[in-house]
Amino acid sequence: MSNPNINWEAIDTNPKFQALHRKKTVFLWGLMVISTVYYFLLPIGAAYYQDLFKIKVWGVVNVGILFALSEFIVAWTIAWVYSRKANKEFDAMAQDIINDVNNGRMK
Amino acid sequence: MSSMLKKLTLSVAALSISGAAFAGNGAVADEFKWMTFTVFGVIIAITMAITFWAARTTHTTSEFYAAGRSVSGIQNGWAIAGDYLSAASFLGIAGLISLYGYDGFMYSVGWLVAYITVLLVIAEPCRNIGKYTMGDILAFRNDPKKTKTVAALSTITVSTFYLTAQMVGGGVLIKTLIGIDYEISVIGVGILMLAYVVFGGMKATTWVQITKAVLLVTASLILVFMVWAPYGFSLPGYLGSVVADPDVQKQVAKLLGDKAATMTPEELGQRFLEPGLFLKNPIDQISLGLALVLGTAGMPHILMRFFTVPTAQAARTSVIWAMGIIGGFYVLTLFLGTGAAMLVGPDKIAAVDAGGNMAGPLLAQYLGGGENSLMGNFMLAFVAAVAFATIVAVVAGLVLAAASAMAHDIYVGVIRGDHATPKEQVVAARVASVIVGIIAITVGILAKGQNVAHLVALAFAVAASSNLPAVFLTLYWKKCNTTGIILGMIVGSLTAIGLVMISPNMTYPKAVIAGANKVLNGEPAVPAKEAAPAVERSSFMCELFALDGCVLAKPAQPASAEKPAKLGAAEKLAGLTAKLPTLEAALPTITDAVAKTAAEADITKVKKDIAAVEKAKAKAEADLKKFEGQTTSIMGLEKPFFLLKNPGLISIPLGFLLVILGSLFTRDKRAEEMWDELYVRQNTGINAEAASAH
Repeated sequence: MSNPNINWEAIDTNPKFQALHRKKTVFLWGLMVISTVYYFLLPIGAAYYQDLFKIKVWGVVNVGILFALSEFIVAWTIAWVYSRKANKEFDAMAQDIINDVNNGRMK
Repeated sequence: MSSMLKKLTLSVAALSISGAAFAGNGAVADEFKWMTFTVFGVIIAITMAITFWAARTTHTTSEFYAAGRSVSGIQNGWAIAGDYLSAASFLGIAGLISLYGYDGFMYSVGWLVAYITVLLVIAEPCRNIGKYTMGDILAFRNDPKKTKTVAALSTITVSTFYLTAQMVGGGVLIKTLIGIDYEISVIGVGILMLAYVVFGGMKATTWVQITKAVLLVTASLILVFMVWAPYGFSLPGYLGSVVADPDVQKQVAKLLGDKAATMTPEELGQRFLEPGLFLKNPIDQISLGLALVLGTAGMPHILMRFFTVPTAQAARTSVIWAMGIIGGFYVLTLFLGTGAAMLVGPDKIAAVDAGGNMAGPLLAQYLGGGENSLMGNFMLAFVAAVAFATIVAVVAGLVLAAASAMAHDIYVGVIRGDHATPKEQVVAARVASVIVGIIAITVGILAKGQNVAHLVALAFAVAASSNLPAVFLTLYWKKCNTTGIILGMIVGSLTAIGLVMISPNMTYPKAVIAGANKVLNGEPAVPAKEAAPAVERSSFMCELFALDGCVLAKPAQPASAEKPAKLGAAEKLAGLTAKLPTLEAALPTITDAVAKTAAEADITKVKKDIAAVEKAKAKAEADLKKFEGQTTSIMGLEKPFFLLKNPGLISIPLGFLLVILGSLFTRDKRAEEMWDELYVRQNTGINAEAASAH
């Protein structure tokens, strides 16, 4: 499977690739932690903070229903934020590295 | 090949006709069955046309397993949504909401959040590294033969669990809806699905999924529009009318039991929108949540979808679309479920199917004009046909995933050492599909009447405890190696399976017999109790295992009055039957119109009660007969030892831990050497499998 014409180690240690790696790692882990914490707040809230979940805020609509609906909004927002960042920034950085490899600048 | 396809179409058509001949009772009245079969026929014809079209361009392995990597991001997004919105989630969640309100809706959230993991850590790297299977990803840096074997075994295990649940659920569903015999339904689903897979490969499977997902979303949108429009699309207005509904209030009172005695009707209705009517154990929910959030990313038929798109960018787009469709659909189920509760009534829904699976179809029938109307039955037929298409399409995706593991990983990778000719590979893929398909049909028939609810949870738990740790650590941890992968996958999956075998998911004859005896013989009176203070649990382990000396946490109990003895079924029946003639005899003597209507209603109610008691009695007697002389579950336990329904909380961390330990204690030169290449490739897409020219 390995391609003998490409020096993978050289790309891996290249500052451009390292910059992409660092940015992606921080961003992805950040989003992952936010989404996981926010998700588990729902079963925890439903089990241990029932009094809060029962407060009626909009007609019969209570905090619990709004919180469950907000889970959808948060999930969609995270997906949107990631795809925006990836489309605008990560793809361009990766393309830059690919161009360097193709032009023989990164060997 | 096309002549074979024609023969198959004919035999399927013959099956649906013979199905009509065997049709017994179902939710659809006999006089409207022709319409149901017409709608079924149209949908089957559409999918067959797709298969016929796809078969013409399915010749190579890349075309068979990955649709030539020519599926666009948006198309793949719809297909992923189709794979995910199985009958269990589309009928099941609407059903849970219709019976238990808020908890059913809360349950749906985890299924969407799961896609965040897929989007952030799995989709793009898999597209850049993988070829056809999960085994390809693991074999990239680890020992190919060993990891492919373990990966294939795990894939086949997960697919078979999920497949069996779908087959059994599908057979029961079709029987409940239109009364076709269980075995015929299972064989019909199996043959149709095999036609898609064997002739059209991934391309047909993908387009069948897309068609079905579009139909499903359209049907739901129409139903929600009809339910919500009378309230001017106001959320509080609509839900206000749900909580004011007497059927809903009655259902809550039934679920709460004694506690409901002191509550006003308004409080009961409002309780429907509050947590705790269904999901009672928060630790179990967190365990399930973990299995969903990490298991979805390890489901082989979902992973496989990312090999069908041309680029990592398209993989990203497909997850975004899938999240939009799946999330939007679950928001719709809030309306479908509460709408069914309000308009059809939880009692009636549970009478057709105890799990509530018929909530969506019955709502469609109601909105179309009810049981005896043409439109109502057309809408029921449409929703039923979509449900049928859903089962067939999801099973097709699973069979393709299991067949690719069998043919590509085991046969081509391990047995032939990657030296199979292209033609041999395609033949192997088709043969493997037929083998898996026959297994699916056989298991489906053998599992008739078995308790399979735990199999879906088990599939996700195994995927989360075995597949995900292996794929994730291979992609993101430099030190990960073959020993770690093998150790983690084997221990992770065996722990998940073992814990479910001793969990409350299994059938425990003692409890069933006790329940049946209660129905038949009644219960003795319970003396009045004094108030009891809250009890603290003895330790956290006691929440997980039934250990000796464990004390479970109990909230403070208020003093309760004496509860009278409950009558057995025979006495109840005798009482009701004795009451009926008196009521009927009194009827002609009543002259007042209002009183007469009331008396007639009384008679109908007594008749209904008699039917319900008779049904419960028959079931209790059948249970007693079935479990006669048995005291233990198939694992030899009288009661569950592991107390959670989902093993994820224990098996997932264990899976991760063992991959890490196995990797730290051994050295694998190849795994380290290949790290740079793997990491660069997964982030840049250099050398990724290209799309085939079409």
